[in-house]
Amino acid sequence: MANEMKVKELDQVVVRFSGDSGDGMQLAGNIFSTISATVGNDISTFPDYPADIRAPQGSLTGVSGFQVHIGAGKVFTPGDQCDVLVAMNAAALKTQYKFAKSTACIIIDTDSFKKSDLEKAAFQTEDPIAEMGIKQDVIAAPITQMVKDCLADTGMDNKAMLKCRNMFALGLVCWLFNRDLAIAENYLREKFAKKPAIAEANIKVIRAGYDYGHNTHASVDHTYKVETTVKVPGKYMDISGNKATAYGLIAAAEKAGLRLFLGSYPITPATDILHELAKHKSLGVTTVQCEDEIAGCATSVGAAFAGALAVTSTSGPGVCLKSEAMNLAVITELPLVVVNVQRGGPSTGLPTKSEQTDLLQALFGRNGESPMPVIAAASPTQCFDAAYDACKIALEHMTPVVLLTDAFVANGSGAWKLPDLASYPAINPPYVTPEMKDNYTPYQRNPETGVRYWAIPGQEGYTHILGGLEKDSKTGAISTAPDNHDLMCRLRAEKVERIPVPDVKVEGCADDADLLIVGFGGTYGHLYSAMQEMNQSGKKVALAHFTHLNPLPKNTAEVLKKYPKVVVAEQNLGQFAGYLRMKVDGFVPYQYNEVKGQPFVVAELVKAFEEIIK
Amino acid sequence: MYSAKDFKKGQPRWCPGCGDHFFLASLHKAMAELGIAPHETAVISGIGCSSRLPYYMNTYAMQTIHGRAAAISTGFKVANPNMSVWQISGDGDGLAIGGNHFIHAVRRNIDINMILLNNRIYGLTKGQYSPTSPRGFVSKSSPYGTVEDPFRPAELCFGARGRFFARAVATDAAGTVEVLKAAANHKGASVCEILQNCVIFNDGTHESVYTSAGRAKNAIYLEHGKPMIFGENKEFGLMQEGFGLKVVKLGENGITEKDILVHDAHCQDNTLQMKLALMEGPDFPIALGVIRDVEAPTYNEAVHEQLDEVAGMKKYHNFQELLMTNDIWEVK
Repeated sequence: MANEMKVKELDQVVVRFSGDSGDGMQLAGNIFSTISATVGNDISTFPDYPADIRAPQGSLTGVSGFQVHIGAGKVFTPGDQCDVLVAMNAAALKTQYKFAKSTACIIIDTDSFKKSDLEKAAFQTEDPIAEMGIKQDVIAAPITQMVKDCLADTGMDNKAMLKCRNMFALGLVCWLFNRDLAIAENYLREKFAKKPAIAEANIKVIRAGYDYGHNTHASVDHTYKVETTVKVPGKYMDISGNKATAYGLIAAAEKAGLRLFLGSYPITPATDILHELAKHKSLGVTTVQCEDEIAGCATSVGAAFAGALAVTSTSGPGVCLKSEAMNLAVITELPLVVVNVQRGGPSTGLPTKSEQTDLLQALFGRNGESPMPVIAAASPTQCFDAAYDACKIALEHMTPVVLLTDAFVANGSGAWKLPDLASYPAINPPYVTPEMKDNYTPYQRNPETGVRYWAIPGQEGYTHILGGLEKDSKTGAISTAPDNHDLMCRLRAEKVERIPVPDVKVEGCADDADLLIVGFGGTYGHLYSAMQEMNQSGKKVALAHFTHLNPLPKNTAEVLKKYPKVVVAEQNLGQFAGYLRMKVDGFVPYQYNEVKGQPFVVAELVKAFEEIIK
Repeated sequence: MYSAKDFKKGQPRWCPGCGDHFFLASLHKAMAELGIAPHETAVISGIGCSSRLPYYMNTYAMQTIHGRAAAISTGFKVANPNMSVWQISGDGDGLAIGGNHFIHAVRRNIDINMILLNNRIYGLTKGQYSPTSPRGFVSKSSPYGTVEDPFRPAELCFGARGRFFARAVATDAAGTVEVLKAAANHKGASVCEILQNCVIFNDGTHESVYTSAGRAKNAIYLEHGKPMIFGENKEFGLMQEGFGLKVVKLGENGITEKDILVHDAHCQDNTLQMKLALMEGPDFPIALGVIRDVEAPTYNEAVHEQLDEVAGMKKYHNFQELLMTNDIWEVK
C-alpha cells in the first residue's frame, strides 16, 4: 500500500494546530516550524491565543491556535488560510474551521468529540462534520486512546499521558509532510533535558503518530513535500518579534559600550521583552520590574541621566501612563527607547490582539511641542534591526525614541539569519569632550546635528542640572523668556527633523505601477504578499512600506506623488493616511482600514486593491 | 576637604522665612562634612516648592516631574551605583502623587537618601491641603475643613518595611545636619522627615517644636543607646506601659534614670520605634533624631551582585555568544 501513496510537491503550505489552551498546540507548532526551518524552508508563524486567563476546558473561548506558513522560497505572512488543520477537540473544529482552505486536510481527535465535548462546543447534532458541512478530507483518529495505549507501559498517570496528545498530532503532521523525526527528537531531548522520562514519552508518542499515518495512510491519498528552492546560506534561528526586539537592544548596548537598563511593568503583549532581558544578566543587562508603568519609564529616565542605554517596554495603555516621563526625556534631551507593542484599544481593549492604533499617540500623544522619533518594525525578524536603529538614534541624537511593534509581530516568528554585529553601524553617543570641562552647560549643541552633549554623572568638571522646566538655550538655567522658549521648541523639533533616515523603498512595479500600496510597521508581509499576487496576475502594483515614521524619509513626497493611485492600508481608521496628508501637501490617498485585532487577509487586500485599480 | 560653599549654587527663590532655606543650608553643610565630592553626588527632586532645591546644588542634579523623584532616583542609582543620591520631595510630591513610588523605593531598600520636607500644605499651587494636613484642616480646597485623615510619614515608611527613619526640624541646623549625615551613612533607603514651616499658607504648622525653646519643651532627641530623657530640665523620661509608652517624671514615684527606656535604633523589631515616631503633643514629646536605623541588603547592591553571580554561572558574555545559545541550523 505504501508505494501507492502519492507525494504532492508544494511551493508553500500552511498548517494550523488548534486545540484547548491546555493541549500544547503552541509547542507542537513550534516544533513543526523548527523542523521545517531546519531543512531550509522559510517560515512565518502566528500564535493565536485566547484572551481568557483560563477558559473552561473544551469551551469555544478556550481554543488556542498556532499557524505556520512554510515555503520553499520566501514567505511573508503566516498565511490567510491553512492546508492542514489540526483540531484536537470539538471546540477547536468549530472555531478554527473557518481558517481551512476548501482543499484542506483536517485532522481531528475523535476521542474529544464525545457528547459532552460536542455540547461544550455548542454543536446541535452528534455529527459535527455533517453539521458544519465539511467537505474536505478528514483524518478522524482516536488520538487520545492511541496515546494511552502507546504509553500504557510507562507507568505514567492519565493526566501526564494526556499531555502528550499534541505530540501524536505532531507526529501525524510530520508523516503528512515527509519530515525527518530526528530533528523533533533532538528538540524534545534538549527541551526536557532535566526530565528525560518526559522527553522519551513524548518521542514515543511522536513516533506513534508518524507510524499511524504511515501504516494506515490515514484516509488521505497523498502526502506533501515542501522542498527548499531559495537558499541563502548561513546560520539561522527561529525568533519571535519580542525576542528579536530584546536582542536588538542587547546588540545596540554592546555596540555602544553601555549597560542596558530596562525599567518595565508587565503588560500583554510586551511582557516577553522583560522576560527575555531579565535572563541575560551575564551580559550586564539590568532589569527593574517597577511598581507601575510610570515608574517603568521614570526609572529609565533616571538610568539615562546616569549614563545607561535606557529602555522601557510596554503596550498602548502603558504608554498613556508613561507619556509624562517620556516628555521629561524630550525636554532633558536624554536618550531613551520606548517600546510599544501595540494591542487592541482603546482602554484595556483587546489585550492579546493586534492593531496599529497607537501611531498618532506615538507621534503626538504628549503635552506641549514634543517631537519624538518613531520607528515601526515590519516583521518579527525585522524587530532586531528596528530596535537596534531605535537605540542608535536615541543615543546619537539624545532623544527618546518610540519603537512601535504590535502583537502580531511580537508573537509571530520567522527564520532569522544570524546577524554579524561587526557589520552593523557603530553607535557613537555625543559625549562631552575634555575641552568642555568646567565650562559645560547641558544645552550646548553640535551645530550640524543640533544635538546636545552628554555628560555622564561622576565626572569632575561637568556637574549640571537637567529638569522638566524650560531652560535657557545657552546657560541651561530656568527660563520663561518668550523668545527662548520659542527657540528651544524649534531646536528640539529641528534636532529630530535632522535625523538621517533611509529612503523609503518602492518594491514591485516601481516604475509604472497603476497603484501604490502604502503601509507601515507589522503589515509588511501581508501587503507585500498582496502586491506579489497582483503582480503575478498581471496587475501593475507597487509597495512603499514605511518603518521610519518620524522623521519621514526624505523621498516620501516624491514617492507618494509618483503614482496615479495610492492606497494607504493600515490596521486603524486612517492614522497613517491622515499623518501623510498632514506632511505631504495635496496627497489624497485611497484608504484600506481594518480594526479587527487580526492580521490582514491577503485575499481580502487583493480584492480591495483590484477594486481601486479598476 | 569640602566646605558648604562647594555645594552651593545660585540664589534660592523661596519666600523669606521658608523652611526650605534652612534645610538647604543644612544639606550643604552635611554634604561638606560627609566629604563626598560634588561630582559624585546627585540631587533629584519632583515638583513643588521644595523640589526647586536641586537648582541650588553644585552637584549633578535633576528636577523631574511631579511625584516621580523616587522612581527616577531608583533608576539612577541602579545604573550608576557609585553616586551618592539624594531625593528631595515635599509632602504632596512624595506622599500624594508619588506615594506609590515612595513606598516601593522604601520596600526595595534602594540606597538613596529620601528627604521628605513636610509642611503639610501645597505651597506652589498656593494653598491646598496635603496628605499630611490634619483632619478638619481649612485650606483653599477645603474651605469647610477636610474630612479625611492624614498620612503619618513614619507609619507609611514602617509599613513599607523602612529600615531608616529620622526626623528633624528645618530650623534646627545641628539636628538636621546630624540626621542627614546618618541618612547618608545608612546603606539603603533612608527616609528623613523634615518638619518645616510654610510662612504663607500654613504658618505655625510645627510651631511647638520650631524654636529651640519649643523643642526643649516639646521634643525629645533620640540617640541610640541613650535613655530617653527630655524636658527643659531633663526632668522627664519615657517608659513602657502595657502595649504603649508613658511619660514619667524622674524622681517621682522612685523613678530614676535606670528605669527609663534606652533607645535602640538598631532593633529589627520596629514596634517601639513606631511608637516613638508617632508620639504627638500635648501628652507626648515629638521624637527627633534617628528613630530607626537597621541594616539590610540594599537593592542596588543585590542587583549588581546578581549580575556578577549570573555572569559567573553562564557561559555567554557577549551578543555573539548569546546567539549561539539558541537552536541554530545552517543552510549551506
